[in-house]
Parts: sequence; C-alpha cells; structure tokens
Amino acid sequence: MGNLDRRDIVKRILGGRDDILVVTGLGGAGYDCTAARGDHDLNFCMHGAMGGAPIVALGMALAQPSRRVITVLGDGDMLMGIGSLATIMTKKPDNLAVVVLDNGHYVETGNQLTASGYGVDLAGMAQAAGFPVAFDLADPADVDDKVRRIQESPGPVFACVKITGDQPPTVPKTRDASYMKLRFRKALLGVLPT
Amino acid sequence: MAAERSWAEETYEVFKRNEIEIVTYVPEGGVKDLIALCDADPDMTLVPLTNESEGNCLLAGAWLAGKRGVFLMQGSGAGNCINNFGLNIAGRLPLLTVVALRGSWGEGNYWMIYQGRTMHRIFEDIGFKVYEVDKVEDAAPTIEAGLKMAYNADAQVAVILSQRLTGTKEFKR
Repeated sequence: MGNLDRRDIVKRILGGRDDILVVTGLGGAGYDCTAARGDHDLNFCMHGAMGGAPIVALGMALAQPSRRVITVLGDGDMLMGIGSLATIMTKKPDNLAVVVLDNGHYVETGNQLTASGYGVDLAGMAQAAGFPVAFDLADPADVDDKVRRIQESPGPVFACVKITGDQPPTVPKTRDASYMKLRFRKALLGVLPT
Repeated sequence: MAAERSWAEETYEVFKRNEIEIVTYVPEGGVKDLIALCDADPDMTLVPLTNESEGNCLLAGAWLAGKRGVFLMQGSGAGNCINNFGLNIAGRLPLLTVVALRGSWGEGNYWMIYQGRTMHRIFEDIGFKVYEVDKVEDAAPTIEAGLKMAYNADAQVAVILSQRLTGTKEFKR
C-alpha cells in the first residue's frame, strides 16, 4: 500500500493523450482510465480474462509499432498473468508500457492481501525478466519524471505505482466487449463492422 | 512432377493466402514443422507463449490493432485457456486455434486421456465451432475453412488435429 492517488496518476498518464492505445485490466483500472480520458474509443477494458490485459497490449504493440500502447491493471491482475512479463520480453516491443496500480490487496473482494502485499517485488520481477525500464513509483516528488518515462521511454516499460487502498466512485462506462471492439477498430483502422 | 507437399507446407500456404502475420504457440511436436516454416518467413512474427492462456489474448490485441494471427497448441494446453476465452466469447472476437490433440489415438500417458475424451465437447460447450481432422489431406483445407469463418464472421473456431495425423508419442518400457 502506498500514498499515491490512483485517479490522479492515471489522469497524468492518459489525460489529453488521445493517441495512446489503452488496455485495462479488471476492476478499478477500467474506471481510472475512463475517468482520465472518458469512455474513449481507444480504451479496451477487460471485464473478465483476469491476467490477460498485458498480453492483449502486447498484441496491439506488435501490430502497431509506431503507436504507444499502455496497459493499466491492478496488482492482483498482474500477478495472475505474471508469466506475461516473460512473454513480452521474447519480443521486447519498445512502444509498450505496463502500469500496475499496486495497493497490495484484492480490494474488490474484501481486501485480502495479494502477493505484492506480502512483499513480492513486482518491478524487481520485471527487471529480472529484462525490462529495460522498470521502477516503483511511490514518491510524489518522482511523479512528473516517471509519468513522462511511462509515456515516452523506449520500453518495454514497467511501472509499479504504489497507490492507497481507496476505491474512488465508479464512472459511467460500457462493459460491452463487442461495442468496445467495433469502436476501437473504427477509430484506429477505419474498419466498419462486417 | 513436383514432390508431394506435406500438410504443414500446405497449411503454411493457407496462412499466407489468408494474411496471417502472427503465429503464437506453446510448442507441440505434432506441429513443429509448421512452426519451423512460419519461423523461416521474415514477414511472420512468431510469439512463443509462457502459458496457453495468453494465446487468445495476444491475437485479440493484434486483431483489434489490425493484424491477423493463428494460435497453435497441444491439447493439454486447452484447459489453461478456458477463462481467458471469455474475452472472445463476450466480444465475439475472432479466433482460430489449431489444437494437436493428445490423449486419443494410441496415447501412452494416462494423464492426457481425459482431455482427449472431452476436448471436442468442452470447446463446443463454450461456444466454439469445432472441426476434428483425422486425415492428413483434410488438415490444410479445414484450417482454411476455420480461418475464413473466424475472420469473416468474427467467430471462435477450434481445429482439432488427431494423433493419427500428427503422430503418437512413443513410450518405451
């Protein structure tokens, strides 16, 4: 558990950045990204397939090497797909950033500790997998610099943001994956539904 | 007369005809020739997975951003995928997975047999169109039919290759 405000950090990363392709994990991450830049055409929010968001983002990064792709997910979600750190590093896409919002708890299911909450070092795992940029973001004084590295550094970038355990209110957003897929492809590729 | 082509060569040509640019897999001996053919093609990106549960997610992201792929795995990996297939089911995202079945024809490892018995039904129960292939000459045409269904209809398709086609692993006493 940290001291940073999840909504504030995600807004700094995504606010006004309409060009970034975003994949969110389950739970709060989708609402944080929606609060940051609206129910956006280029947000794809997972509401199942826990652990899969970083790999969806890897697929996007490989298909669109000139676009920044950022996945935002909770620590429990990252742990479920922890093997994806190894998979990402088989391809090393320099346009991909993984942002973990780490409160050390499964907040939605009753605040049980995650492995991160027990002390497992997620950024250290990313570093060991070979991520050229991997860091914790815990100190408010580092926010400007580290947000810029998430947005711009040649990656893959891994950022573990130490957030408070607060659950901000939800914001209106769709959970319909068909709708998200159609609007995503229309906005990015100009492809209409078949 | 040209030498007879293998099912792997025919399937590689099917991939090229259908604009497949990404091939992702957890390796399986039965499809190793196909993996090698794709790996030798500089226009194809091969992504080896840590766990089969990643395969449909990778191809979902690639397709959302404009590229088509195929997911190859061994039958024993299919069980790892069930929860993440929810992404394809919920969003009707296209997927073709080619599964080299274990636990069916002459299997020598009992740990594999329950999946050999239930694979077809599991895929069907979660909403996939399932093709089973027993004869080598049917492999490439069936994979092509599956690809067209997946990418023209946003369907979820599994092509299950029998060990009669991919070969049965030998166990020695």
